Amino acid sequence: MSALLEVRDLTVRLRVGGTDREVITGTTLEIGEGEAMGLVGESGSGKSMTAKAIARLLPAGARVEGSVRFAGTDVLGLSGADLRRHRAKVAVVFQDPRAHINPVRRIEDFMTESLRTLEDVPRAQARTRAADALEEVGIDDPARRLRQFPHELSGGMLQRVMIATALLSQPLLLLADECTTALDVTTQAEVMAILDDLRRDRGLSMLFITHDLELAGAVCDRTSVMYAGQVVETSAAHRLHADPLHPYSAALVQARPDVTSTAERLVAIPGRPVSAFEAPAGCRFAPRCPHVLDGCRGHEQTLVDLDAGRVRCERAAALRGRLLDPTESPTESEETADA
Amino acid sequence: MLRFLLRRGAMLVATLLVASFAVYGALDLAPGSPIAALTGGRTPSPEVLAELNARYHLDDPFLVRYWNWLTAAVTGDLGQSIPLRENVSTLIGQRIGVTASLVALTSLIIVVGGVGLGLLGALRKGAVDTGVVLVSTVSAAMPSFAAAVVLQFLFGVRLGWLPVLGTGTGFADSLKHLVLPSLALAATSVALVTRVTRTAVREELDKEHVQTAVSRGLPWSSVVRRHVLRNAAIPITTVVGLTVASLIALSAVVETAFGLNGLGAYLVQAALNKDFAVVQGISLVLVVAFVVTNLLVDLAYALLDPRVALGSRAS
Repeated sequence: MSALLEVRDLTVRLRVGGTDREVITGTTLEIGEGEAMGLVGESGSGKSMTAKAIARLLPAGARVEGSVRFAGTDVLGLSGADLRRHRAKVAVVFQDPRAHINPVRRIEDFMTESLRTLEDVPRAQARTRAADALEEVGIDDPARRLRQFPHELSGGMLQRVMIATALLSQPLLLLADECTTALDVTTQAEVMAILDDLRRDRGLSMLFITHDLELAGAVCDRTSVMYAGQVVETSAAHRLHADPLHPYSAALVQARPDVTSTAERLVAIPGRPVSAFEAPAGCRFAPRCPHVLDGCRGHEQTLVDLDAGRVRCERAAALRGRLLDPTESPTESEETADA
Repeated sequence: MLRFLLRRGAMLVATLLVASFAVYGALDLAPGSPIAALTGGRTPSPEVLAELNARYHLDDPFLVRYWNWLTAAVTGDLGQSIPLRENVSTLIGQRIGVTASLVALTSLIIVVGGVGLGLLGALRKGAVDTGVVLVSTVSAAMPSFAAAVVLQFLFGVRLGWLPVLGTGTGFADSLKHLVLPSLALAATSVALVTRVTRTAVREELDKEHVQTAVSRGLPWSSVVRRHVLRNAAIPITTVVGLTVASLIALSAVVETAFGLNGLGAYLVQAALNKDFAVVQGISLVLVVAFVVTNLLVDLAYALLDPRVALGSRAS
């Protein structure tokens, strides 16, 4: 599989009030052509920052190490016109369409701006293409919608406008940053279905950022789980749910209510999520991990291949198949099992 | 749109009515009488006094005089200047061009200078921005009469580049005569518009929709023009409109300082001469100009921001 996007050991530090704060540590992931990769994690785990680094949208003063290669070019070294060309090839669908679409410009302006500015498409032709794109995302009466302003459209409709617009410029990669989080549940499902359909039709690659493990499983080929600025696991999306490799992924799976069975208490992960700059030495999940051993805290964990996936946990092999077993009471029984 | 215009039209008429009453009433309460100015301080005989009072209807009750003045004013007749024995409308007509040109040129300087400097400060952080803040602080602290003296000294007397007094003849010469007065009048307002532009542009630069535009690979110049400046234009228009409206009243100081034969200077002169009809007439014209400017700003505001529904904005 030739990788369209290759992120290697990406570390990002932001300047916050005079000090550098690490927000991503050594993130590594790749996305093949036509592949959809899910990126899952709690708030502050570095998902959005990873996407911003890929699209080169990090705030001024951010310090970036590692490498990001996209379609054969070194993204981090780009500047000027080359950087703009790169950004045009990576379309971003943002979380809150109402904030991310200029409120004082008509929908037509928003949709055709790239075509008219970057590709010199004549106005009438750009308008026709925009109208077709609106129809594709299931918006009726596109001619009227094009004349309207963003505040005259509902949130779900605006997000569909955003998706249609992203696809208009024929990008190679779609970065969807929690693109359904701001919508209500029924709209979420519709928007998600449209995005998924259109992406598959076009064979478009996608990085799908979400905190919804199940949603990622439904629309993605593979999923990476991030914790405290690090990727802790990458596996086939459908497998992550049934057979996670990392204790954190397992904890996320268990913390989700199951629709099919009436659950007892939901299992919560003890403690609170931490950001990269406040993470402890050694395994960053150690303080919250039910399977932690003293050795885990001693040194940084590295990503290693395991069962066609990748995991950042030295105990992963030993814990295979036992992470989701409810009868297993971790700590004590494990000490003996490992001995 | 039509409803909005009708409503604003009605509000405009109401404002003018109140303002005209205030203008007329205030002068009626003011000490001194037009007769005193006419007779030059000598006490006229009772017959002459009665004759003058009758000719100028000074004995009528206040409301009757106000009503007569108002109904005549609507037809463009602002009455007679008693000391000059001339039509007030004619007197105003002779001077309104100078004031209008002064205000127009000053507005141009305020918009170009203020928005330009503000944009520069917002986009170029560091030394340039500090410079902009410094210049605008100095300029803000400079009242127009002080600015007038400084400019006259520097460009008129020292460098001899521009005339410091008078109105000039012909278009080019008139324009030359207006440069220094306009600069003096603009000083404070340019600073205000600079500050507002700088803040508005900074704020807009941090908006998510600007990030969207950047993420689409649009050239920076087009992002700034089409998204940052376009949206920042809303607060900028508000402050520019208010400033321009206030210029109409402030022009008196500058016209006096530069010996321009405009409405503002004439207003001061007429007040000193107790030429009540002229004072009332000019005040009314200034109020009309102020109210109309505000209406235009409100219209521009609604055009710039589609979220402002024309019908629902009543302030």
